[in-house]
Order: sequence, then C-alpha cells, then structure tokens
Amino acid sequence: MESKLSQLDLQITACKVRMGIIEGTYNAKSGHPGGSLSVADTITYLYSSHMRIFPDNPNEPTRDRMVLSKGHTAPALYSMLAQKGFFPPEEMKELRKIGSRLQGHPVMGTTPGVDFSTGSLGQGISAACGMALAGKLDKSDYRVFAILGDGEIQEGQVWEAAMFASHYKLDNLIAVVDNNNLQIDGRVDDVMSPYPIDEKFKAFGWNVICIDAHDFSQIENAFKQADEFLDSKSGKPTVIIQKSIKGKGVSFMENKGSWHGVAPNQEQYELAMSELKKHCQELESKKSGGAK
Amino acid sequence: MSEIITKATRDGYADGLIELRKKCENMAVLDADLAAATKTAVFQKAHPENFFNCGIQEGNMMGVAAGLASTGKLVFASSFAMFAAGRAFEIIRNSIAYPNLNVKIGATHAGISVGEDGASHQCNEDIALMQVIPNMTIINPADAVEARAAVLAMNEHKGPAYLRFGRLAVPVFNDINSYKFELGKGISLRESTSDAITIIATGLMVAETLEAYEELKTLGITARVINIHTIKPIDWEIIIKAAKETGKIVTVEEHSIIGGLGSAVCDVLSEECPVPVKKIGVNDVYGYSGPAVELLKRFGLCKSNIIDVVKGFINNSHD
Repeated sequence: MESKLSQLDLQITACKVRMGIIEGTYNAKSGHPGGSLSVADTITYLYSSHMRIFPDNPNEPTRDRMVLSKGHTAPALYSMLAQKGFFPPEEMKELRKIGSRLQGHPVMGTTPGVDFSTGSLGQGISAACGMALAGKLDKSDYRVFAILGDGEIQEGQVWEAAMFASHYKLDNLIAVVDNNNLQIDGRVDDVMSPYPIDEKFKAFGWNVICIDAHDFSQIENAFKQADEFLDSKSGKPTVIIQKSIKGKGVSFMENKGSWHGVAPNQEQYELAMSELKKHCQELESKKSGGAK
Repeated sequence: MSEIITKATRDGYADGLIELRKKCENMAVLDADLAAATKTAVFQKAHPENFFNCGIQEGNMMGVAAGLASTGKLVFASSFAMFAAGRAFEIIRNSIAYPNLNVKIGATHAGISVGEDGASHQCNEDIALMQVIPNMTIINPADAVEARAAVLAMNEHKGPAYLRFGRLAVPVFNDINSYKFELGKGISLRESTSDAITIIATGLMVAETLEAYEELKTLGITARVINIHTIKPIDWEIIIKAAKETGKIVTVEEHSIIGGLGSAVCDVLSEECPVPVKKIGVNDVYGYSGPAVELLKRFGLCKSNIIDVVKGFINNSHD
C-alpha cells in the first residue's frame, strides 16, 4: 500500500502537480488549466496516500481504478502520474503534441496509468460502474474512483449511471463531483443548474459527503469515510461533492471561467510558475523547519 | 423436398450465447429492458449470474459494457438496432471502439421487418453508422445457424463488434452441423463459369436471393449468389473476383441504400474493378407500420423485385 504522507507533503506534491499542469498547457499552447487546477488536490491525495497503484506495472489487475470522467482535466492526471513515476515529469512538455503519449484527453493503453479513455462528458461514470460491477463479480477488492465535473452532471447519462450504481449496490464506486461552479459558457447555476447536487445523489441512493476541495484533512476524512461505507457493506455508492476553486493555486486564474480552456502565454506562464515555485519553496522550508 | 424451417436470427443469437458460455465463463450479457425481445432472456434464465439488465438506458449500458470489458470480460450488450447503434452511437464510438474494448453489440430488430411498430423502430441506418467507426467489425447473419456461429466466433475475436439480428423468422438454409463461420469471408452460395451477373446479399435478403436465383435460372439467367455476413471488414477478394467474372453486380440489403452493403461493395469496386452496380435496399425513406412480409414486398426487398432488377440490368446491356 501507499505510504501515508503528511498534509505538508501533500501540499508540496499538489504544488508540483500544478506546476506540471501549467508546464503542459503552456507548451501545448492549449488545454484546460482551470478545471485541472481545481481537482489537483484531490488527485494528489488519491495517488499519494489512498489508491493502490503499481507504477511499474500500471495494469496490475488488483489496482484501484481511476476514471477521469471530466477528461479535459487530463493535465492534472498526467502531472500526478508523472509525479508517481508512471512516466518522466519532463514528458508534460509533450502534452497535446504530435506523436505524444499525452493526448488532449486521456487514452487508456496509450498513457501508462490511464485506466479509461474519456473526454466526451458523462461517459466515464458509466465505465466506472462497469469496472465496479466487474470487481464485485470477480470478488476483487479494488475500488473505482471517478471524478466528474459539476457541469458534466448536466448530462443525462450521469444519472443513468447513478441509478445503475445504486441498483447494483456498487459500494466500491466512489465518485467525486468537482463543484467549482464554472463551465465554458458561464456559472453552472446560470447555464443549467444541477443544484441541489447532494439531494439528487441522495435521492438516487448514494452516500453523500460534502467537503472543501482544497483542505487535505477534509479530503482525507471523506475518502476514509467512503472506505468505512465500503467496509460496513453499505451497499451504496459514495459521492464526494467538493466545493472547489477553478484555477486554484494560480492567483490570476482563480474563479475565472475564462481559464477553462485557454493556455497561459509566456508572460502568464512565467508569472504562474513563479507563484507556484514560491509557494512550493515556502512549503519545503516549513517542512525542513518542522523537521529540525 | 424437405420442409423449410424458419427461425429468427435473434433466436440464433440466444443459441450462440448459451453455447458460448460453455467455453467462456468470464462473460457478461447486458440488456436494456428488451431481454424478452432480443432473446437475451434465454441466456438470463440459464445464467442469471452473468446477466445484467440496465433498464431503459442504452447509453449507460454501452459505458458499463466498456468498463466491464476493460477488466478482461467478454461483454455482449443488447438492444434494438435503433437504440443500440442509433441512440448510443457516440458512446459506442468513444467508450467502446476508440479504446478498442472487447464489447459485442447484439442489435436485434434491425431493418424494416420490425413490422407493425413502424418507422420509429425500423432501423435502416445502423450499418451506415457502425461502418464509419474505426476498430468496429460488423456482422449481419443470414439465418439462425449463421447467427449462432457468428456469436461463437466472438470468443476468438478481440475488439468491438456489431452483430445485427432480425425479428422476423426467416428460412434456415445453412446446416448447423456443417456450417463454418469465417469472419471477414464472403460465401459464394451459387457459382458457375457461365454466371451473367452477381447478386451480393446480406442478412435476411440472402434467403430471398436464393429463391430469386432459382426463378432466374428457369428464365435462362444464371446468377452468382454471394452472402456477405461480415460487412466490415468486407471480403474484397470475393467481390473483385465476381466483378471480373460476371461484370455486373446487384446488392440486396434490408438497410438504407446509403452507407450499407451496397455502398461498401461500391467502395471496393471503385478502387479495384469498376463495374455497373444496382443497389436494392431502402431508398432513403422512412418505413411505416404493417406486417413484416408485406412491408418487405412494398420496399422491394423480395424475390420478385430482385428478379425484376436483375432482368432489367441484364437486358439493359443489350440496348
């Protein structure tokens, strides 16, 4: 199993993941930094402290699965996988380039560590249901994690899947709804309100946990609680609805819908990287200070 | 003469699933509340542990199928052709075919022979939709024996496949004991050195074409008859050989004349051996309610129209 990291370690890793997101989208001159930054902490926690993963043998059958249903935030997943050694972090500069393993949206079988191909919204959660069902049938104890966007849950297929997961008692399925309240055309509640998200999932027979997406103690508690539901054979899938900030970690990107699908230019890149580096250094020195 | 047995290809689908389960335990069969009609209920009864009803949610079913297949299972996902190929098209494209997952789509009630339910359920567009998806294999069996064999062949086939079955009971002309299914290989059912024309048929039009063949023979026209059960990848060799040897081709399918067998045959011929082709199919129109056999006649998907088209085509060359 993965070693447990301190919150400071998690913050440092998340900061590095964010740098990879900026590095990747800047070099690609395209991509989706906003949503990638909003899920960075959750992905960091899952891969650093929670999921059973095998970077040297990415398709190990007993591994926990991750379906990034909001596939456009691939830079966050790729950056995390690179941090875990699935491929070299320098490869982030190849994001979206011809011949690259790092396609614009995740592709299984192409990128080591990517468990399912996503990009068309609303589909990943169905595949996650299939994986969770397979786990039940094969009496395997792997868990399936699926990360969805709050705009994504406007897709009807998400609710078909929500009904399915509950009907087949897939308590080994843990979904995350990344609730940054921004989508391409504006605020989620202005474009097509999915609220109340928690009540909807409850009505569909899910365990619901609501947290702050950028507080590692809340993130950790939420996934531990999901495990407790699983251990107690709740028979219900769990959803973690996380209130997040689109663009989190880069001051000028935070809470700006315009950063949904736009890459930073050189000036913005340098500014973002200097902010993140500074933050990372502060955390590192706090850590070494704490160690003394 | 022995009595002609009729059986729907969807029944052959169920036979195949039951037989396949003996060889492959690691399989799952999904349906979307049409199990009684698609005949997967037969499988469900025999192997409830391998069967999962998804309710009326074809899109999610295709995604679930993909997720199951990603763990190494052989998965069959069933619905009517309209809702499988039509409604769930983009999920099949992105979640199944793009990752090249081992999901076999068992689509029943294809074509106009759905009958009384009318145009909303008569899918004449599914082959066209599936043709353009990379990685997709398309199989349209001609009778229940071929349907069963095609399902069994899926045990060796890796990747997505679309298996097209019909509602209507049609003549079983293949012998279950001797029939051998070869994926991607057309079958020359009638062939001689004096063939004046080739009729290439698929699905339930094959039996109809065999009947037409007999009557054409009495009129002095010897036609070659080819059954194309695998529409993708199509058998180039058998089509080019027929074009070279007979010079004229008629295609017959219970599908739109756009994007189906006829188009696939023309794609082959235009590249390698351009010869005149007449396509018999649904002429870019919607169907309507009525008894299946009567509808097939009205849409020209019958022996008499095949004969008329062939006769006209042959005579035309003497003009």
